[in-house]
Amino acid sequence: MITIKDLSVKYGDQDKSVPVLDHINIEIGKGEIYTFIGPSGCGKSTFLYVLSGILRDYEGLVLVDGRPVDPKRQRIGLILQNYGLLPWKNVRQNIILGVKIKGQPREEEYFTYILKQLGIEQLLDRYPKELSGGQQQRVAIARAFLLKPDILLMDEPFSALDAINREEMQALFLKIWQEHNVTTVFITHSVDEALYLGSKIIVFSDAPGKILGVYDNPCFQLDNLRCRDEYYNMSMQLRKILDKG
Amino acid sequence: MNTLQSREKWQGALYSFVLVIIVWQAVAMLLKIPIIPTPTAVFINLLQIFQSRMEIHLLYSLGRIIAGIAISILLGVSLGLLMGYFSRIDRILSPLIYFTYPVPKIALLPIVMLLFGLGEASKLIMIVLIVVFQIIITARDAVKNIPQEIFRSLQSLGASRWQIFKEIIIPASLPEVLTATRLALGTAVSILFFTETFGTEYGMGYFIMDAWMRVNYLDMYAGIVVLSFLGFCLFSILDVAEKYFCSWR
Repeated sequence: MITIKDLSVKYGDQDKSVPVLDHINIEIGKGEIYTFIGPSGCGKSTFLYVLSGILRDYEGLVLVDGRPVDPKRQRIGLILQNYGLLPWKNVRQNIILGVKIKGQPREEEYFTYILKQLGIEQLLDRYPKELSGGQQQRVAIARAFLLKPDILLMDEPFSALDAINREEMQALFLKIWQEHNVTTVFITHSVDEALYLGSKIIVFSDAPGKILGVYDNPCFQLDNLRCRDEYYNMSMQLRKILDKG
Repeated sequence: MNTLQSREKWQGALYSFVLVIIVWQAVAMLLKIPIIPTPTAVFINLLQIFQSRMEIHLLYSLGRIIAGIAISILLGVSLGLLMGYFSRIDRILSPLIYFTYPVPKIALLPIVMLLFGLGEASKLIMIVLIVVFQIIITARDAVKNIPQEIFRSLQSLGASRWQIFKEIIIPASLPEVLTATRLALGTAVSILFFTETFGTEYGMGYFIMDAWMRVNYLDMYAGIVVLSFLGFCLFSILDVAEKYFCSWR
Protein backbone atom coordinates (compact mmCIF):
# COMPACT_ATOMS: atom_id res chain seq x y z
CA MET A 1 0.00 0.00 0.00
CA ILE A 2 1.19 3.50 -0.79
CA THR A 3 0.04 6.37 1.43
CA ILE A 4 0.68 9.94 0.41
CA LYS A 5 -0.22 12.82 2.71
CA ASP A 6 0.17 16.50 1.86
CA LEU A 7 2.97 15.91 -0.61
CA SER A 8 4.38 19.15 -2.01
CA VAL A 9 7.48 19.61 -4.13
CA LYS A 10 9.17 22.85 -5.12
CA TYR A 11 12.02 23.32 -7.56
CA GLY A 12 14.66 26.03 -7.40
CA ASP A 13 16.05 28.23 -4.61
CA GLN A 14 14.11 29.20 -1.54
CA ASP A 15 13.28 32.74 -2.64
CA LYS A 16 12.57 31.87 -6.27
CA SER A 17 11.00 28.46 -5.89
CA VAL A 18 8.46 27.10 -8.34
CA PRO A 19 5.82 24.75 -6.93
CA VAL A 20 5.59 21.54 -8.94
CA LEU A 21 3.32 19.40 -6.80
CA ASP A 22 0.73 20.95 -4.51
CA HIS A 23 -0.62 19.05 -1.50
CA ILE A 24 -1.19 15.64 -3.01
CA ASN A 25 -3.25 13.26 -0.87
CA ILE A 26 -3.94 9.76 -2.00
CA GLU A 27 -3.92 6.18 -0.90
CA ILE A 28 -3.15 3.35 -3.30
CA GLY A 29 -4.41 -0.01 -2.13
CA LYS A 30 -2.22 -3.09 -2.09
CA GLY A 31 -2.22 -4.98 -5.37
CA GLU A 32 -4.00 -2.21 -7.23
CA ILE A 33 -2.97 -0.39 -10.36
CA TYR A 34 -3.68 3.33 -10.50
CA THR A 35 -3.20 5.34 -13.65
CA PHE A 36 -2.27 8.98 -13.29
CA ILE A 37 -3.17 11.25 -16.16
CA GLY A 38 -2.58 14.93 -16.69
CA PRO A 39 -1.25 17.52 -19.12
CA SER A 40 2.49 17.54 -19.80
CA GLY A 41 4.50 19.53 -17.30
CA CYS A 42 1.99 18.90 -14.51
CA GLY A 43 4.56 17.19 -12.30
CA LYS A 44 3.64 13.57 -12.98
CA SER A 45 7.25 12.53 -13.42
CA THR A 46 8.28 14.46 -10.32
CA PHE A 47 5.59 12.57 -8.44
CA LEU A 48 7.15 9.32 -9.60
CA TYR A 49 10.66 10.42 -8.66
CA VAL A 50 9.43 11.09 -5.12
CA LEU A 51 7.82 7.65 -4.94
CA SER A 52 10.97 5.96 -6.21
CA GLY A 53 13.16 7.68 -3.64
CA ILE A 54 15.22 9.49 -6.27
CA LEU A 55 13.89 12.90 -5.27
CA ARG A 56 14.19 13.37 -1.52
CA ASP A 57 13.55 17.08 -1.25
CA TYR A 58 9.82 17.14 -0.60
CA GLU A 59 7.31 18.10 2.08
CA GLY A 60 4.67 15.75 3.38
CA LEU A 61 4.51 12.06 3.99
CA VAL A 62 5.17 9.23 1.53
CA LEU A 63 4.73 5.76 3.01
CA VAL A 64 5.08 2.37 1.39
CA ASP A 65 3.44 -0.32 3.53
CA GLY A 66 3.56 2.05 6.48
CA ARG A 67 7.24 2.97 6.18
CA PRO A 68 8.81 6.05 4.65
CA VAL A 69 9.90 5.38 1.11
CA ASP A 70 13.52 4.22 0.98
CA PRO A 71 14.94 2.49 -2.11
CA LYS A 72 17.60 0.80 0.02
CA ARG A 73 15.03 -1.04 2.12
CA GLN A 74 12.11 -1.44 -0.24
CA ARG A 75 12.10 -3.14 -3.59
CA ILE A 76 11.01 -0.57 -6.12
CA GLY A 77 10.51 -1.50 -9.75
CA LEU A 78 10.93 1.52 -12.00
CA ILE A 79 10.10 1.45 -15.69
CA LEU A 80 10.77 4.60 -17.64
CA GLN A 81 9.86 5.97 -21.03
CA ASN A 82 13.44 5.61 -22.25
CA TYR A 83 13.57 2.07 -20.78
CA GLY A 84 16.43 2.82 -18.34
CA LEU A 85 18.67 0.04 -19.65
CA LEU A 86 22.43 0.34 -19.33
CA PRO A 87 23.82 0.34 -22.90
CA TRP A 88 27.04 -1.46 -21.91
CA LYS A 89 25.23 -4.43 -20.44
CA ASN A 90 23.63 -7.09 -22.55
CA VAL A 91 20.04 -8.18 -22.03
CA ARG A 92 20.90 -10.86 -19.47
CA GLN A 93 23.06 -8.50 -17.42
CA ASN A 94 20.45 -5.75 -17.60
CA ILE A 95 17.69 -8.04 -16.39
CA ILE A 96 19.61 -9.39 -13.41
CA LEU A 97 20.95 -5.94 -12.50
CA GLY A 98 18.04 -5.35 -10.13
CA VAL A 99 18.47 -8.51 -8.07
CA LYS A 100 22.24 -8.08 -8.22
CA ILE A 101 22.10 -4.59 -6.70
CA LYS A 102 19.63 -5.80 -4.10
CA GLY A 103 21.77 -8.82 -3.28
CA GLN A 104 18.76 -11.09 -3.71
CA PRO A 105 19.35 -14.71 -4.67
CA ARG A 106 18.75 -15.32 -8.34
CA GLU A 107 15.90 -17.71 -8.95
CA GLU A 108 16.78 -19.44 -12.17
CA GLU A 109 13.33 -20.93 -12.74
CA TYR A 110 11.50 -17.68 -12.21
CA PHE A 111 14.04 -15.92 -14.45
CA THR A 112 13.33 -18.30 -17.34
CA TYR A 113 9.59 -18.06 -16.70
CA ILE A 114 9.57 -14.26 -16.95
CA LEU A 115 11.73 -14.34 -20.07
CA LYS A 116 9.35 -16.76 -21.71
CA GLN A 117 6.30 -14.70 -20.77
CA LEU A 118 7.86 -11.64 -22.34
CA GLY A 119 9.21 -13.56 -25.33
CA ILE A 120 12.78 -12.36 -24.98
CA GLU A 121 14.59 -15.62 -24.23
CA GLN A 122 16.35 -15.42 -27.61
CA LEU A 123 17.77 -11.95 -26.98
CA LEU A 124 19.88 -12.57 -23.88
CA ASP A 125 23.25 -11.86 -25.48
CA ARG A 126 22.24 -8.75 -27.37
CA TYR A 127 23.02 -5.18 -26.35
CA PRO A 128 20.23 -2.58 -26.01
CA LYS A 129 21.23 -0.76 -29.20
CA GLU A 130 20.56 -3.97 -31.13
CA LEU A 131 16.95 -4.10 -29.90
CA SER A 132 13.79 -2.36 -31.03
CA GLY A 133 11.98 -0.04 -28.64
CA GLY A 134 9.40 -2.69 -27.85
CA GLN A 135 12.07 -5.28 -27.11
CA GLN A 136 13.93 -2.86 -24.85
CA GLN A 137 10.76 -2.19 -22.90
CA ARG A 138 10.20 -5.94 -22.49
CA VAL A 139 13.68 -6.18 -20.99
CA ALA A 140 12.91 -3.32 -18.59
CA ILE A 141 9.68 -5.03 -17.55
CA ALA A 142 11.50 -8.32 -17.04
CA ARG A 143 14.03 -6.58 -14.80
CA ALA A 144 11.28 -5.01 -12.72
CA PHE A 145 9.27 -8.21 -12.25
CA LEU A 146 12.33 -10.38 -11.55
CA LEU A 147 12.89 -8.12 -8.56
CA LYS A 148 9.50 -9.12 -7.11
CA PRO A 149 8.93 -5.48 -6.27
CA ASP A 150 6.91 -4.07 -3.36
CA ILE A 151 5.71 -1.34 -5.68
CA LEU A 152 5.95 -0.84 -9.41
CA LEU A 153 6.35 2.64 -10.85
CA MET A 154 5.90 3.30 -14.53
CA ASP A 155 6.49 6.62 -16.27
CA GLU A 156 4.83 6.65 -19.69
CA PRO A 157 6.53 3.36 -20.49
CA PHE A 158 4.83 2.77 -23.82
CA SER A 159 4.62 6.28 -25.23
CA ALA A 160 7.74 5.94 -27.36
CA LEU A 161 6.35 2.89 -29.15
CA ASP A 162 4.30 2.91 -32.34
CA ALA A 163 0.56 2.31 -32.03
CA ILE A 164 0.55 -1.40 -32.86
CA ASN A 165 3.47 -2.21 -30.60
CA ARG A 166 1.94 -0.08 -27.85
CA GLU A 167 -1.35 -2.00 -27.73
CA GLU A 168 0.49 -5.29 -27.81
CA MET A 169 2.72 -4.22 -24.93
CA GLN A 170 -0.24 -2.92 -22.92
CA ALA A 171 -2.01 -6.24 -23.24
CA LEU A 172 1.15 -8.19 -22.40
CA PHE A 173 1.89 -5.99 -19.41
CA LEU A 174 -1.66 -6.35 -18.07
CA LYS A 175 -1.46 -10.11 -18.41
CA ILE A 176 1.77 -10.33 -16.43
CA TRP A 177 0.59 -7.78 -13.91
CA GLN A 178 -2.56 -9.78 -13.17
CA GLU A 179 -0.41 -12.74 -12.24
CA HIS A 180 1.76 -10.80 -9.81
CA ASN A 181 -0.64 -8.16 -8.53
CA VAL A 182 1.98 -5.59 -7.64
CA THR A 183 0.85 -2.23 -6.29
CA THR A 184 1.42 -0.08 -9.34
CA VAL A 185 1.55 3.60 -10.18
CA PHE A 186 1.22 4.07 -13.91
CA ILE A 187 1.74 7.51 -15.37
CA THR A 188 0.41 8.32 -18.80
CA HIS A 189 -0.82 11.18 -20.93
CA SER A 190 -3.15 8.98 -22.94
CA VAL A 191 -6.80 8.70 -21.89
CA ASP A 192 -7.03 5.39 -23.71
CA GLU A 193 -4.10 3.92 -21.80
CA ALA A 194 -5.43 5.20 -18.47
CA LEU A 195 -8.77 3.49 -19.13
CA TYR A 196 -7.23 0.26 -20.32
CA LEU A 197 -4.73 -0.23 -17.51
CA GLY A 198 -6.03 1.53 -14.41
CA SER A 199 -8.35 0.13 -11.76
CA LYS A 200 -8.60 3.73 -10.64
CA ILE A 201 -7.79 6.85 -12.59
CA ILE A 202 -6.30 9.93 -10.98
CA VAL A 203 -6.49 13.18 -12.90
CA PHE A 204 -3.78 15.78 -12.33
CA SER A 205 -4.25 19.51 -12.94
CA ASP A 206 -1.95 21.75 -14.93
CA ALA A 207 1.20 22.94 -13.07
CA PRO A 208 1.50 23.00 -10.13
CA GLY A 209 0.10 19.49 -10.07
CA LYS A 210 -2.96 18.96 -7.92
CA ILE A 211 -5.32 16.02 -7.87
CA LEU A 212 -8.52 17.02 -9.67
CA GLY A 213 -10.29 13.76 -9.02
CA VAL A 214 -10.04 10.06 -8.30
CA TYR A 215 -12.31 7.92 -10.45
CA ASP A 216 -13.24 4.28 -10.27
CA ASN A 217 -12.71 2.81 -13.67
CA PRO A 218 -15.71 0.74 -14.79
CA CYS A 219 -13.78 -0.37 -17.85
CA PHE A 220 -10.92 -2.10 -16.03
CA GLN A 221 -10.43 -5.70 -17.16
CA LEU A 222 -13.45 -5.72 -19.48
CA ASP A 223 -13.18 -7.72 -22.69
CA ASN A 224 -13.27 -5.86 -25.97
CA LEU A 225 -12.98 -2.71 -23.97
CA ARG A 226 -12.57 -0.29 -26.83
CA CYS A 227 -15.92 -1.23 -28.44
CA ARG A 228 -18.00 -0.68 -25.33
CA ASP A 229 -20.24 2.17 -24.19
CA GLU A 230 -18.60 2.36 -20.77
CA TYR A 231 -15.28 3.06 -22.46
CA TYR A 232 -16.77 5.82 -24.60
CA ASN A 233 -18.61 7.48 -21.73
CA MET A 234 -15.69 7.37 -19.33
CA SER A 235 -13.34 8.61 -21.98
CA MET A 236 -15.59 11.62 -22.69
CA GLN A 237 -15.86 12.34 -18.99
CA LEU A 238 -12.08 12.28 -18.52
CA ARG A 239 -11.47 14.47 -21.53
CA LYS A 240 -13.91 17.04 -20.19
CA ILE A 241 -12.16 17.14 -16.82
CA LEU A 242 -8.78 17.45 -18.49
CA ASP A 243 -10.00 20.25 -20.76
CA LYS A 244 -11.36 22.28 -17.87
CA GLY A 245 -8.07 21.81 -16.00
CA MET B 1 31.05 -9.00 -40.44
CA ASN B 2 33.67 -8.53 -37.72
CA THR B 3 36.28 -10.75 -39.33
CA LEU B 4 35.71 -8.96 -42.61
CA GLN B 5 36.19 -5.60 -40.92
CA SER B 6 39.40 -6.66 -39.23
CA ARG B 7 40.74 -8.16 -42.44
CA GLU B 8 40.00 -4.90 -44.24
CA LYS B 9 41.80 -3.06 -41.47
CA TRP B 10 44.94 -5.17 -41.78
CA GLN B 11 44.80 -4.80 -45.55
CA GLY B 12 44.66 -1.03 -45.05
CA ALA B 13 47.70 -1.18 -42.79
CA LEU B 14 49.58 -3.18 -45.40
CA TYR B 15 48.70 -0.74 -48.20
CA SER B 16 49.86 2.27 -46.20
CA PHE B 17 53.08 0.50 -45.28
CA VAL B 18 53.75 -0.29 -48.95
CA LEU B 19 52.96 3.33 -49.87
CA VAL B 20 55.50 4.66 -47.35
CA ILE B 21 58.14 2.28 -48.70
CA ILE B 22 57.48 3.34 -52.31
CA VAL B 23 57.72 7.07 -51.51
CA TRP B 24 60.85 6.50 -49.43
CA GLN B 25 62.45 4.44 -52.19
CA ALA B 26 61.58 7.10 -54.77
CA VAL B 27 63.05 9.93 -52.69
CA ALA B 28 66.20 7.90 -51.97
CA MET B 29 66.66 7.09 -55.66
CA LEU B 30 66.05 10.69 -56.75
CA LEU B 31 68.37 12.39 -54.23
CA LYS B 32 71.10 9.75 -53.98
CA ILE B 33 72.64 11.20 -50.80
CA PRO B 34 73.89 9.14 -47.84
CA ILE B 35 71.52 10.86 -45.37
CA ILE B 36 68.57 9.19 -47.13
CA PRO B 37 69.46 5.53 -47.64
CA THR B 38 67.09 3.20 -49.52
CA PRO B 39 64.56 1.23 -47.48
CA THR B 40 66.06 -2.08 -48.56
CA ALA B 41 69.45 -1.09 -47.19
CA VAL B 42 67.83 0.01 -43.91
CA PHE B 43 65.78 -3.18 -43.52
CA ILE B 44 68.76 -5.43 -44.29
CA ASN B 45 70.78 -3.50 -41.69
CA LEU B 46 67.87 -3.79 -39.23
CA LEU B 47 67.84 -7.57 -39.62
CA GLN B 48 71.58 -7.71 -39.00
CA ILE B 49 71.71 -5.50 -35.90
CA PHE B 50 68.32 -6.14 -34.27
CA GLN B 51 69.23 -9.08 -32.08
CA SER B 52 72.80 -8.13 -31.37
CA ARG B 53 72.51 -4.40 -30.75
CA MET B 54 68.94 -3.09 -30.80
CA GLU B 55 66.75 -5.46 -28.85
CA ILE B 56 67.88 -4.25 -25.43
CA HIS B 57 67.14 -0.62 -26.35
CA LEU B 58 63.69 -1.53 -27.57
CA LEU B 59 62.92 -3.41 -24.35
CA TYR B 60 64.02 -0.45 -22.22
CA SER B 61 61.85 1.96 -24.21
CA LEU B 62 58.89 -0.37 -24.16
CA GLY B 63 59.17 -0.77 -20.40
CA ARG B 64 59.30 3.00 -19.87
CA ILE B 65 56.31 3.68 -22.11
CA ILE B 66 54.18 1.00 -20.51
CA ALA B 67 55.12 2.08 -16.99
CA GLY B 68 54.60 5.76 -17.82
CA ILE B 69 51.21 5.20 -19.44
CA ALA B 70 50.12 2.81 -16.68
CA ILE B 71 50.96 5.28 -13.92
CA SER B 72 49.30 8.13 -15.85
CA ILE B 73 46.12 6.12 -16.37
CA LEU B 74 45.97 4.94 -12.78
CA LEU B 75 46.46 8.46 -11.48
CA GLY B 76 44.56 10.35 -14.18
CA VAL B 77 41.54 8.09 -14.43
CA SER B 78 40.98 7.78 -10.71
CA LEU B 79 41.35 11.54 -10.19
CA GLY B 80 39.22 12.34 -13.24
CA LEU B 81 36.41 9.97 -12.31
CA LEU B 82 36.33 11.28 -8.74
CA MET B 83 36.24 14.86 -10.00
CA GLY B 84 33.45 14.01 -12.41
CA TYR B 85 31.37 12.25 -9.79
CA PHE B 86 31.91 14.46 -6.73
CA SER B 87 31.45 18.10 -7.65
CA ARG B 88 33.12 19.19 -4.41
CA ILE B 89 36.37 17.49 -5.40
CA ASP B 90 36.00 19.01 -8.86
CA ARG B 91 35.61 22.51 -7.45
CA ILE B 92 38.84 22.18 -5.48
CA LEU B 93 40.99 20.37 -8.02
CA SER B 94 39.88 21.86 -11.34
CA PRO B 95 41.48 25.29 -10.79
CA LEU B 96 44.66 23.56 -9.69
CA ILE B 97 44.70 21.53 -12.87
CA TYR B 98 43.93 24.51 -15.08
CA PHE B 99 46.83 26.32 -13.44
CA THR B 100 49.38 23.54 -13.86
CA TYR B 101 48.28 22.07 -17.20
CA PRO B 102 49.70 24.92 -19.34
CA VAL B 103 53.09 24.97 -17.53
CA PRO B 104 55.67 23.81 -20.10
CA LYS B 105 56.75 20.61 -18.39
CA ILE B 106 59.97 20.31 -20.40
CA ALA B 107 61.07 23.46 -18.57
CA LEU B 108 60.74 21.50 -15.33
CA LEU B 109 63.16 18.87 -16.58
CA PRO B 110 66.23 20.26 -14.76
CA ILE B 111 64.29 20.43 -11.49
CA VAL B 112 62.97 16.90 -11.91
CA MET B 113 66.48 15.70 -12.66
CA LEU B 114 67.90 17.46 -9.64
CA LEU B 115 65.24 16.02 -7.35
CA PHE B 116 64.96 12.53 -8.76
CA GLY B 117 68.33 11.98 -10.38
CA LEU B 118 69.17 11.06 -13.94
CA GLY B 119 67.74 7.55 -13.75
CA GLU B 120 64.44 5.91 -14.56
CA ALA B 121 62.39 7.88 -12.04
CA SER B 122 62.84 11.25 -13.70
CA LYS B 123 62.07 9.79 -17.13
CA LEU B 124 58.81 8.32 -15.89
CA ILE B 125 57.94 11.49 -14.01
CA MET B 126 58.36 13.53 -17.18
CA ILE B 127 56.04 11.23 -19.12
CA VAL B 128 53.43 11.25 -16.36
CA LEU B 129 53.65 15.01 -15.86
CA ILE B 130 52.95 15.70 -19.51
CA VAL B 131 50.41 12.98 -20.22
CA VAL B 132 48.34 12.82 -17.04
CA PHE B 133 46.46 16.09 -17.51
CA GLN B 134 44.65 15.19 -20.70
CA ILE B 135 43.63 11.89 -19.12
CA ILE B 136 42.28 13.62 -15.99
CA ILE B 137 40.25 16.13 -17.98
CA THR B 138 38.89 13.56 -20.44
CA ALA B 139 37.85 11.19 -17.64
CA ARG B 140 36.21 14.00 -15.68
CA ASP B 141 34.23 15.27 -18.67
CA ALA B 142 33.24 11.73 -19.63
CA VAL B 143 31.60 11.31 -16.24
CA LYS B 144 29.95 14.71 -16.37
CA ASN B 145 28.46 13.94 -19.77
CA ILE B 146 26.64 10.81 -18.60
CA PRO B 147 22.94 11.67 -18.93
CA GLN B 148 21.11 11.88 -15.59
CA GLU B 149 18.47 9.39 -16.76
CA ILE B 150 21.10 6.65 -16.86
CA PHE B 151 21.35 6.88 -13.06
CA ARG B 152 17.61 6.68 -12.39
CA SER B 153 17.12 2.93 -12.43
CA LEU B 154 20.06 2.29 -10.13
CA GLN B 155 18.99 5.05 -7.76
CA SER B 156 15.52 3.56 -7.52
CA LEU B 157 17.14 0.24 -6.66
CA GLY B 158 18.89 1.90 -3.74
CA ALA B 159 22.36 1.28 -5.20
CA SER B 160 25.31 2.38 -3.08
CA ARG B 161 27.80 4.94 -4.35
CA TRP B 162 30.30 2.19 -5.05
CA GLN B 163 27.72 0.18 -7.01
CA ILE B 164 26.89 3.23 -9.12
CA PHE B 165 30.61 3.77 -9.66
CA LYS B 166 31.13 0.19 -10.73
CA GLU B 167 28.02 -0.30 -12.84
CA ILE B 168 27.76 3.14 -14.47
CA ILE B 169 30.68 5.54 -14.02
CA ILE B 170 33.48 3.19 -15.04
CA PRO B 171 31.86 1.48 -18.05
CA ALA B 172 30.31 4.72 -19.32
CA SER B 173 33.61 6.58 -19.31
CA LEU B 174 35.74 3.73 -20.65
CA PRO B 175 35.49 4.60 -24.37
CA GLU B 176 36.64 8.16 -23.75
CA VAL B 177 39.39 7.00 -21.42
CA LEU B 178 40.65 4.72 -24.19
CA THR B 179 40.66 7.65 -26.61
CA ALA B 180 42.63 9.70 -24.11
CA THR B 181 45.05 6.81 -23.71
CA ARG B 182 45.57 6.73 -27.45
CA LEU B 183 46.42 10.44 -27.50
CA ALA B 184 48.63 9.99 -24.46
CA LEU B 185 50.49 7.15 -26.14
CA GLY B 186 51.54 9.30 -29.09
CA THR B 187 52.72 12.04 -26.75
CA ALA B 188 54.47 9.57 -24.48
CA VAL B 189 56.56 8.13 -27.31
CA SER B 190 57.81 11.57 -28.32
CA ILE B 191 58.61 12.58 -24.72
CA LEU B 192 60.34 9.27 -24.24
CA PHE B 193 62.62 9.96 -27.18
CA PHE B 194 63.52 13.29 -25.68
CA THR B 195 64.24 11.96 -22.18
CA GLU B 196 66.27 9.08 -23.49
CA THR B 197 68.82 11.38 -25.08
CA PHE B 198 70.51 11.96 -21.72
CA GLY B 199 71.29 10.12 -18.53
CA THR B 200 71.00 6.66 -20.03
CA GLU B 201 72.74 4.29 -22.38
CA TYR B 202 69.66 2.27 -23.14
CA GLY B 203 66.49 3.09 -25.02
CA MET B 204 65.50 3.80 -28.61
CA GLY B 205 66.04 7.52 -28.08
CA TYR B 206 69.62 6.87 -27.04
CA PHE B 207 70.12 4.42 -29.90
CA ILE B 208 68.90 6.85 -32.57
CA MET B 209 70.85 9.83 -31.20
CA ASP B 210 73.96 7.70 -30.84
CA ALA B 211 73.71 6.50 -34.44
CA TRP B 212 73.21 10.10 -35.50
CA MET B 213 76.35 11.25 -33.69
CA ARG B 214 78.31 8.41 -35.25
CA VAL B 215 76.94 9.45 -38.68
CA ASN B 216 75.63 5.91 -39.07
CA TYR B 217 72.47 6.71 -41.00
CA LEU B 218 71.55 3.08 -41.61
CA ASP B 219 71.40 2.47 -37.85
CA MET B 220 69.56 5.72 -37.29
CA TYR B 221 66.83 4.90 -39.79
CA ALA B 222 66.60 1.36 -38.47
CA GLY B 223 65.95 2.87 -35.04
CA ILE B 224 63.30 5.21 -36.39
CA VAL B 225 61.57 2.35 -38.21
CA VAL B 226 61.52 0.27 -35.03
CA LEU B 227 60.18 3.17 -32.98
CA SER B 228 57.38 3.70 -35.50
CA PHE B 229 56.60 0.02 -35.48
CA LEU B 230 56.49 0.05 -31.69
CA GLY B 231 53.93 2.87 -31.82
CA PHE B 232 51.90 0.96 -34.40
CA CYS B 233 51.82 -2.16 -32.23
CA LEU B 234 50.78 -0.25 -29.12
CA PHE B 235 48.01 1.58 -30.98
CA SER B 236 46.79 -1.72 -32.41
CA ILE B 237 46.65 -3.23 -28.93
CA LEU B 238 44.48 -0.31 -27.82
CA ASP B 239 42.19 -0.81 -30.82
CA VAL B 240 41.76 -4.47 -29.93
CA ALA B 241 41.08 -3.55 -26.29
CA GLU B 242 38.44 -1.06 -27.38
CA LYS B 243 36.75 -3.63 -29.58
CA TYR B 244 36.66 -6.07 -26.69
CA PHE B 245 35.55 -3.73 -23.91
CA CYS B 246 33.29 -1.39 -25.87
CA SER B 247 31.53 -3.84 -28.16
CA TRP B 248 28.23 -2.45 -26.87
CA ARG B 249 28.77 0.81 -28.76
